[in-house]
Amino acid sequence: MARTVGFFTDTTLCIGCKACEVACKEWNQLPGHPPKFLDSFDNTGRLDEQNWRHVQFIERGTPQGTVAWSMMSDVCKHCALASCMEVCPTNAIIRTEFDTVYIQPDVCNGCRDCIAACPYNVIGFNEDTGLAQKCTFCYDRLQNNLVPACAKACPTESIKFGDLSQMREVAGTRLKVLQAQGVANAQLYGEKEYGGLHALFLLTDKPEAYKLPNAENAVLPSRNNVRAYLGSAVTAVLGLVGAVIAFRQRGEG
Amino acid sequence: MPQHFVAPPQWEWYIVWYFFLGGLAGGAYLIGTLLRLVGDPRDEGVARLAFLVAFPAMAICPLLLTLDLGRPSRFWHMMINSRTWELNFKYWSPMSVGAWALFFFGAFATLSFIEVLFKEGYTRNGVARGIASLMSGGFGRVLMIIGAFLGLFIAGYTGVLISVSNQPIWSDTWTLGGVFLASGLSVAAATLALLARGRSDAAASTQGKLSRADAYFIVLELILLVAFFATLGALASRLLAPRWLALWALVVVGTVIPLAMTRAGSGHRREPVLAAFLVLLGGLALRIVVIFGAQM
Repeated sequence: MARTVGFFTDTTLCIGCKACEVACKEWNQLPGHPPKFLDSFDNTGRLDEQNWRHVQFIERGTPQGTVAWSMMSDVCKHCALASCMEVCPTNAIIRTEFDTVYIQPDVCNGCRDCIAACPYNVIGFNEDTGLAQKCTFCYDRLQNNLVPACAKACPTESIKFGDLSQMREVAGTRLKVLQAQGVANAQLYGEKEYGGLHALFLLTDKPEAYKLPNAENAVLPSRNNVRAYLGSAVTAVLGLVGAVIAFRQRGEG
Repeated sequence: MPQHFVAPPQWEWYIVWYFFLGGLAGGAYLIGTLLRLVGDPRDEGVARLAFLVAFPAMAICPLLLTLDLGRPSRFWHMMINSRTWELNFKYWSPMSVGAWALFFFGAFATLSFIEVLFKEGYTRNGVARGIASLMSGGFGRVLMIIGAFLGLFIAGYTGVLISVSNQPIWSDTWTLGGVFLASGLSVAAATLALLARGRSDAAASTQGKLSRADAYFIVLELILLVAFFATLGALASRLLAPRWLALWALVVVGTVIPLAMTRAGSGHRREPVLAAFLVLLGGLALRIVVIFGAQM
């Protein structure tokens, strides 16, 4: 049944348990990478072909001199205007009946242009399969009226799933509650970026702190087409003129 | 400074060599065409050489691109949608446009190559004879001009391809298409100057024309390199890290020294072989530093 779905990830409720990461790997049969011991409690590092959910642990200093810990379960944003989909030359990346962004594994040829394009560092290249991989929004579960594995497993309901319009409402209400409670930095991410994301985030710091480009920097690869082709065209004209001048001259010999 | 949180696409040596050979193939085809169109009869030897160089350089390109794919057997997915069997063409995706441009440029480069093989007496095949006669007439000139425009595109679009992304450096400048195009033309002129030394029919005057044209291309490349760093602003420091300085030194040596070796009047170069080698080395170093430097 066609519908427009969305995630709403409320970072103020995330406890960093990584149940989302585990559930995602279990359902999608992702073996994962060998664990790394990185900063804080992070042992997966980033979203990639094996990690379709990644819990970020962000430590930052407070005015009181203590350290505040923010956690955010990151995921593919399934952008309405998706950079990956824009550049994909094989049309392997499609928009599904749920308005999500899906890489068809039988069509992808592993050119990796989508990896160069994704501004959120979401897509990874699987050396074993030779394919670009990312979160499918549990496409198979959606087709069977099931909630995506990460949202199902999240014990604090930091990850919520539903129709996108409903998620926007829930997110807006939660933002107002936090602001009323005095959380001055509370803000929603994903309402406007890339035509509206299908994964909204409630943040308590500026987007950059969560490795999310701010509104000014959330831009599509195609923004560069005209100016880059124009630069090449001007160079081509100047090169042609130079070559014609050089080749027309009659040298000695 | 623009924010980037992206992962690198791991485009490495296959892509470096593709960018280099694409510039060489496209540049050589253009030079061959222009020598025939605006040069004099003494230039025909080098024009033929240009088409002999353009074909093998072009032919290696799809092999490199295919080997770079995670699934090389699906190279054809670039042009045909394997689900719907419709043609894939996205004018806003330079990789899609480039796949088609390379396909069509390949056809023109092959025609001109066969024409030259026939005229040089390497084959007496009937089809080759037909192609040679087709390419010698007015229609052949039109084909050659179309091929030259495609060659120009192949030499320059590679810079556009990496700019149409969200990668640091690549997507922060409009100059890379021009930089690679000017460098590709310069590499092609230098390669022809080098190989022409082995041909008895390569006139000294044509050699002078090649190095004079190369001087123009180098000046263009240097201006664009200045614009490249100017547009990057603070991000440029990443490309000027100590690990990349040796490659930048090669880029400078491969442009400034051959330019300084070019005599103002005749266009001839002092130490022409050395100058040509330096241009090739500089052209390769430029692509290595731009491709790897942004991804590390």
